[in-house]
Amino acid sequence: MAGYYHQEDLARFAEIGECAPELWKKFSEWYSAVFADGALTGREKSLIALAVAHAVQCPYCIDAYTQDCLEKGSNLDQMTEAVHVAAAIRGGASLVHGLQMRNAAARVSM
Amino acid sequence: MSLVSISHPLANPQEQLRVLERLPPRAAKPFEEALTESGLFPLRATGIRVLQINVGKLCNQTCRHCHVDAGPDRREIMPREIAELCIAALARTDIPTVDITGGAPELNPNFRWLVEQARALGRHVIDRCNLTVLLLPSQSDLARFLAHHRVEIIASLPYYQARETDAQRGEGVFAKSIEAMRLLNALGYGQPDSGLVLNLVYNPVGAFLPPDQREIEAVFKQELWRRHSVVFNSLYTITNMPVSRFLEYLLRTGNYERYMERLVNAYNPAAAAGVMCRYTLSVGWDGTLYDCDFNQMLDLPVGYGAPAHIRDFDPPCLAERRICVGQHCYGCTAGRGSSCAGAVTS
Repeated sequence: MAGYYHQEDLARFAEIGECAPELWKKFSEWYSAVFADGALTGREKSLIALAVAHAVQCPYCIDAYTQDCLEKGSNLDQMTEAVHVAAAIRGGASLVHGLQMRNAAARVSM
Repeated sequence: MSLVSISHPLANPQEQLRVLERLPPRAAKPFEEALTESGLFPLRATGIRVLQINVGKLCNQTCRHCHVDAGPDRREIMPREIAELCIAALARTDIPTVDITGGAPELNPNFRWLVEQARALGRHVIDRCNLTVLLLPSQSDLARFLAHHRVEIIASLPYYQARETDAQRGEGVFAKSIEAMRLLNALGYGQPDSGLVLNLVYNPVGAFLPPDQREIEAVFKQELWRRHSVVFNSLYTITNMPVSRFLEYLLRTGNYERYMERLVNAYNPAAAAGVMCRYTLSVGWDGTLYDCDFNQMLDLPVGYGAPAHIRDFDPPCLAERRICVGQHCYGCTAGRGSSCAGAVTS
């Protein structure tokens, strides 16, 4: 994470709340509620978060949810499969847009 | 390799304490201050329900996280006269549980004598076992001995897979551990209604906190049965303490500051109120008394006027003693808390 991103900045996340404390408070409460055990376990949610972190390519989220997955008892096999899910959806999302390409081509082709 | 065998500076407890006293910027709160804010300072014992006897540093394994710096090269083991003092002390009290640890405690020639004497006094006996010791040719009758004396076994198995377990405990340890569990299961250990208790210990394989004890126990039970057809009673999650070889690992890998921040930021007053040092008295291989096995490895004997050797055992005084604390104590108070019996809070 050298250069633009700094690992130690993750611990400063709450500084975002300084100029919009009410919004930060609402975000924090909602975020906590999202990750609480519910219909999905905290461990399952953490694996989903890890996958999404890779899809959105957020280095802070990747660090945070790698640690969180380990602290929820997940192992490297499970975490790698979660990343593959993200990669598959990203790849599939690109590929399925090939149909847009085919539609567009059909519109202008004989 | 033990730290002692390579003359590593961290083999010296004073050097470990020096490191721990250099507080990382975002984890700068002294442990005493956290206790004060929780209304727990000074921390005091609330009795002695467990006499934990560390019979020495000799072990057949050299685990990467070991807070004892134990290994095959270590020669510090409890002599018979100290073991006799432990039993004499026990006989003067009604302390219900004797928890024998090491190293691999079974490799001490006085281990079986200690078990027999403690059982003869009617006390519950725990053996903190690394599992692989049960397969040593010299210990071929050990499992039967433990079963015969109805000894509870608390065995280390940091994960239900070989990769993680072997990374922490050494190549091939997982396979041997499963073989040892099969041996114990065949004797009745871990089986429902046998009364022979086999509990496992989960330690994180790295610089992170343990998961929820109940959740990971369910996963261990399911996976160990599905993959290896072995059973156990309970799983205890224990946090890695920033002491000895785990401290060396943290420093060497650049994880020290972040790990200490994690521990300090996860301080849980409820866990602090229930820490094991409040009901445990720890005896070192040479008879020195400590508040816990971690203080023992940091060479921090009981203090504040309490008698510091088993020969001077004074139950009323020790039962109410003030406990010596330091930055390493955050390891027992982080998150759900950590003790020799697993998480402190649910």
